[in-house]
Parts: sequence; C-alpha cells; structure tokens
Amino acid sequence: MANQPDNKQKPEVTKVLLEEIIDSPSKKKGRSGTGQAILIPILAVLTGLIIGAVIIALTTEDVYKAFALSFGDGLGAAWKAISTSYEALFKGAFGDPARIIAALQGDNPIELRRAVNPFLESLVVATPYIFAGLAVAVAFRSGLFSIGAEGQIFIGATAATFVGYSIKGLPPYIHMPLAFLAGAAAGALWGFVPGWLKAKTGGSEVINTIMVNWITFRLTEWLLTGPMQRPGSGGVPLSPFIEKSAEIPQFFDKPIRFHLGFFIALAVAFLVYYFLFKTTWGYNLRTVGANPNAARYAGMNIVTSTIVAMSISGALAGMAGANEILALNRTLALGFSPGFGFDAIALALLGNSNPIGVVLAALLFGFLRSGATRMMLATGIPIDIISILQALIIIFIAAPAIIRTIYRLRAPKIEDRVVVKTGWGGK
Amino acid sequence: MAEIIVHRKVEEITPRRKYTIAVVLLLIAGLMTGLFVVTASHDAFTTFGLTPGGITRGSVPDLVLPTLEVLIGLTVLVGLAGIYQLFKGFGRFTNLVLGLSFFLFIFALLIWTASGKSLNLGGLLKGSLLLAVPIALGALSGVMSERSGVVNIAIEGMMLMGAMTGALFGSITKNFWIGLGTALLAGLLMAAIHAVLSIKYKVDQIISGTVINIFGAGLSSFISSKFMQTYEYLNNPPIFPRVPIPVLADIPFLGPIFFNNNIFVYVLMILLIVMQIALFQTRWGLRLRSVGEHPKAADTLGINVIRTRYMAVLLSGLIAGFGGAYFTLGSIGRFEELMTAGKGFIGLASMIFGNWSPVGAVSASLLFGFFENLGPSLSLLGSKIPNQFTSMLPYIATMVILAGVVGRGQVPAADGVPYEKE
Repeated sequence: MANQPDNKQKPEVTKVLLEEIIDSPSKKKGRSGTGQAILIPILAVLTGLIIGAVIIALTTEDVYKAFALSFGDGLGAAWKAISTSYEALFKGAFGDPARIIAALQGDNPIELRRAVNPFLESLVVATPYIFAGLAVAVAFRSGLFSIGAEGQIFIGATAATFVGYSIKGLPPYIHMPLAFLAGAAAGALWGFVPGWLKAKTGGSEVINTIMVNWITFRLTEWLLTGPMQRPGSGGVPLSPFIEKSAEIPQFFDKPIRFHLGFFIALAVAFLVYYFLFKTTWGYNLRTVGANPNAARYAGMNIVTSTIVAMSISGALAGMAGANEILALNRTLALGFSPGFGFDAIALALLGNSNPIGVVLAALLFGFLRSGATRMMLATGIPIDIISILQALIIIFIAAPAIIRTIYRLRAPKIEDRVVVKTGWGGK
Repeated sequence: MAEIIVHRKVEEITPRRKYTIAVVLLLIAGLMTGLFVVTASHDAFTTFGLTPGGITRGSVPDLVLPTLEVLIGLTVLVGLAGIYQLFKGFGRFTNLVLGLSFFLFIFALLIWTASGKSLNLGGLLKGSLLLAVPIALGALSGVMSERSGVVNIAIEGMMLMGAMTGALFGSITKNFWIGLGTALLAGLLMAAIHAVLSIKYKVDQIISGTVINIFGAGLSSFISSKFMQTYEYLNNPPIFPRVPIPVLADIPFLGPIFFNNNIFVYVLMILLIVMQIALFQTRWGLRLRSVGEHPKAADTLGINVIRTRYMAVLLSGLIAGFGGAYFTLGSIGRFEELMTAGKGFIGLASMIFGNWSPVGAVSASLLFGFFENLGPSLSLLGSKIPNQFTSMLPYIATMVILAGVVGRGQVPAADGVPYEKE
C-alpha cells in the first residue's frame, strides 16, 4: 500500500510545486533584495580593487625602502605605487581621455586610432569572455557545473581552423559562417558527451568535463604535431593559416583589432536570453536547474533538458574558440587560450548566470585584463593580479554575507541566486 | 510489522553486466591476437631491464623472454577468462579479473613493442611511481576532505601555493625542511579559506574550490613573475636527497623502485597506511565518515559536525601542500608558473576512480602515473602510437568508470552538502 502513489493527491502536489516555481522569489522579494542584487556585485568589485591595491603596495620594493625612512614616506610611496598602477590600468582599459580629445582635434588618423585603441582592444578581449561566460551560464541555469568550457574552446578553435584552411575557393559570406558554425558544432559535440553521460548514467559532469578537457588538450597537441601541422613549420605545433575568405573582418586599420565578432557575441547573448527566458525549452531547462524534483513531477524530461543544456553550452564555448581563430589569430597554436574557459566560470558566477549580467561581467573582465596588460608594461606588476582580483570578486559574490558584514548591509529575506547543485553522485 | 533492512555493500552483478564484461574480455583477447600475436616475429626475444638506471643496490640481471611464446600465453589466459565469464562468471571477482586482463594487455603491448630490443622495466615503473607521487598526495587530500562531506576541487590551487612557498622559503633559508614547513602552512591557509567559505558561509563547495584554484594560480604566478623569475637566488631551493632505506633497499627488483627514494615517497607510503587504518578501523575515522554520510545523525549522537569538517579540510590542505612541495623540493628544484599542470585535478579523478578509499585512490594514481610515463618510453622504442594517445587512456578510463560500466562508486552521501543545524 505504501508503495503505491496516491493518485488523488498527485495533481495537487504538482500544482503546489508548480506554483512554487512560477511564483518566483523575485515577486515576493522585499526592496532590499532587488537593490542588493546590483549593489553586491559593485561592492564586490570595489572591495576586490581595494585588496588588489594592498597587494600592489605590499609587493612594491620602493614602498619598503620608503617605510624604512619614515612612516609618512612609506604611506606616500604606497599611495604612489597604487595610484600609478591603477592609472595605468584605467588608461589601458579605456584609453587616455586627454590623448583622445587631443587626437580628435588634430587630424592625424594614425594618432586617433592609437588613442582610441585601448577602449576597442578591451572590447576585443571581452568578446571570447562573452561567448564562454554564456556557455557556463547556460549550464549553471540548468543545474550543471561545467568545467568543460576550456576543452570546448580548444576543439571549437580546432574545427574552425580546419574548415578555415582546408576548404578553398568559397565566397566569404559562406566560408566564414561555415567555419564559425563548425567551431560551434564541435563544441556542441564536446558538450553533448558529458551531458549524455550525466543524463543517462549520472556520471558527474564536473569530473567528466575535466577529463574531456585533458583529452582535448592531448588531442589538439597530437593534431598540431601531426595531421594539422603547418608544412615547413619546423616541428613547431602550429596549424596552417586560414583562408582570407574564412576571416571574421576587422573594422579598422592597424593597430585596432576591433572586429565583427563582438557584435556576433552580443547577438548570441540576446539569443541566449531569449531562449532561456522566453521559450518553453528555456523554461524547462531553468526549472530542471532550479528544482529537478518539481520538474520531474511536472512531467518535464530531465534527460533531454540536461543533454540540450550541455550541448548548447558546448556550442557557445566552441564559438569562443572559433572567434579567436577567425578574427584574431588566424592560425591555431597550442597556447592560444589564456584560460578563457576557466575565467568563464567566474564570469557566469559574477553575472548570476543571466546573459545580460554575463555580458556586463565579460566587459568588466575585458577592461581589467586589457588594462592589466598596460599596467604590466608600465609598472611591472604581473598580469596575474587579475586572477587574484577575479578570485576575490567571486568570493565576495558567492558569500555575500562577507560583503554585508563589511558594509553593514541588512540581509534580504529571500535571496535570488542560482545555486548549483553539488556532489558527484548525480542524484 | 517491523521490518529489518540489511544494507549490503556487496555489488550486485546483473546478467547484462556479466555478459558485457565477458564480451570485453574476449575483445581484449581478440585485440591481443590481432595486434600482437599475428605480427610478432618468430625466434625474437624481449629483454627487460629490471633495475632503474643509476642505482646499484638491489640490482638484478635482465629478464629475457621469448616474445611470441609469452604473447600466446598471455592471450590464451585472457581468452580463457572471457570464456569462463561467459558461461559461469567470476561473481564478485569480476572487476578484479577485468583489471588483471587489462594489465596483461598492457604487458603484452610492452613485450611486443620491445621485441628484439631492450626496455628498462624497472626504470619505467620507478618513473611511473615518481610521476604518481603528487597525484596520489592530491588524491589522499581529496579523500580526507570528502569523507567528511566537503567536496575539495581546490587541490590544484593548494598544491600550486605549496610548491611556490616551498621554493621561495627553501631558497631564502637554503633549508629544505623550512621550505617544506612553509609549503604545509600555505596548503593549510588555502584550506582554511575553503573551510570558512564552505562550512561557515555555506558557499557552494565547488564554487569555493574554483575560487581557490583561481586564487592559488593567480597569487603563485604573481609572486613568481614579480620576484622569483627576476631574482634567481629566490628560486633555487635545495632538493630533498634520495635516502635508501637499510635492508629494504636491497630487496631485488622492488628495493630500487620503492625503497631508494626521497622522503616524499616514504611519507606517501606511511600516509597511505595510516589513513587507511585511521579512516576505517578507528573511532576517529568512524566519526569522520559518519559526518560525511549523515551529518544530522552524527550530530544527534554528539559528534561536532562543524569541528570535524574543519579538521578534515585543514588536514586535506596539509596533504595538498605537501604534494605541492614535491614539485619544487622533491623533484624539479625550482618553481615554474602553473607547474602542477592539472595534477590536482587528476588526483581528484584518482580519488573517484579509487572509490574514496586511500588504497584505491593511490592505486588509481599509480595507474595514471604509469600511463603518463608509458607513451614516452614506447616512442623511445620506435613505437608508432603517439604519446598523446597513451596518456589519454586514464582520462577515458575515468569517464568509463564514472559512467558505471564497472559498477557505481560509494560517494559519501552528504558530500557537497553544507550542514545547517536546526
């Protein structure tokens, strides 16, 4: 008797659970909750920058020398180290305002391009982050913690490169999209495998994506030293250059690398937003992520949802790889990704797995990374400071209680955060 | 009516799995026939060197095997196992037989590749062991933390910090013991962050682990490129010397491989035994595991769940820091950015592979180390198989195991779930 479901009660259970999902916390939330959803990321970034400043001061030798003279000198030196570094960071990210104004008034086109280049370069750096961040966000939304973006980026880049150089004589309006979509398709396949394994066997997507990453690194290594090696590269693992017709066009002359990929990324972000929040599939996917039991009771297909989510996630990451090759590098090298896929996890967390949030977070990362490159050249502070900043920012966003304690904010009644389900068992 | 439920840990062998494995065994035998027996040349001999190079204690003469005869013998053995499995079945020994057959396949591959040549088997195994040390330490670190119910994917970050601090302070003080001490401390500190975030603030443990990985990679690279790459004397730590253990180092074949190493290998062996006994034979271990399986029940019985988890995560950090120190103080002798190269993650995979038990985890690590080492050794012999494919095998094997082909693992039930007292 106990084993048989009570048929009379079942519809009511479903109804209650569905109400729980549809009546999302955002409607019930108090005023402090809505404000804090925006306030906490801003404070997190601010706090990250402050701690970054402390690290810069602590690792500058001049500061120690000045402190040896007097306390006041020490503070002065620390302030100088921090302000020059962050000034370089700002100028590297957005350009020097004074220089831009002067260049606009003058009539030297090369000087104008150089002056506005930092800002556009930041957008170039942000582009793969948008794709990869969206990839992880889609997985997060459906309750999957995918670490596989890096491998998917590699395979996407590999496929795009292959289509880019092996097919010849196509017009650009066919060849470029074809190469780009080949990257997306390869990424999708790379997402499909862990997704299928998760849905059908319950094997943890965390470990499976890590394993797929390693398999992919080895695979590309083999391809680049074997079948895909550029003839005459002298043993260097490099692919041939892609055809002109496969290139994603850059808009301006050198040194500006700003290209069409940025707008493709924005369009894709809009599509992902539309898919997640305006279509039934997206609704199913989010429900499975938010509450798999409720989704099961409501008759949603968790297996399909998981596979679809991982495949889309893989496709988006594949686009990140294809974008880098077709728009910038034009040839595949082993170390072409400085860890886009791993940073993407941070991005998705920062943007709360919302496509708009991810785009904003990607722009932030783009500005930070591009600015840090200039900061490294100007002040010798290693670019790795950005990773530290990223880690700090995510800590503060994932544990808002820390930020609330520092800034004495009141905790909202209900939090609207995407919580990733953990554990290896795949229940 | 009262019902008594007996939970058995014995794995059930379904008929379908039984036949699948029989087919797999026969396939392996078929592969061995097709790839090796048919192509092996008659009257050829395979020579195996049994002592790693550079070691004189416990050395033994080379082993010379007639290639074709041994290959036929191995193939017949696997084939017979397959036939037995098809008709009768090995029951609970199925996985063991599968593992052994796989091992025989690899052995046949070695004999076949080295046919007419000489392969230093002792060197191959010793190299595998040394490659496996950091993986095994990472895996043990994972077992420690996850048995208490805290997922630890931060091993990589902890190891990197351990490696960096060990090299830095080892170089400054010119003393590997101080270097090791600071490496342990670095691992401990990183673990403390993980513990506070995941236990106190109840941050999703995988997010917390990811953060620590990013942070560890960032901070170690930052300090490295700011100081250690610029000032060479800051990146030149002394290395722990090899210390042969009296008597044991003279055991033929095994001695040179296992008992003529530096402290890291010995600590790993001791840690393995201590952890296996402590986790499964002592009251302390029972309590730790109960916290990982059912924290509420443990709490009801008066076990302090929070404190137990803190302790486990901190211990896990110590082990990871030790594993990190191996890179700089135990083998390479300088810090390179991101030098752990994913060993922490492979350690994590070994832990899952080894079913969350210390012995299983370390065995899996040895397997990973072996395959990492196998590719280069084979290509030295002129094998046509690319290195990348042999080193891919363990990753694929992990995925297969996770998919449940070889049976489901025993995940601590409360792994990854923050504990909230009611």
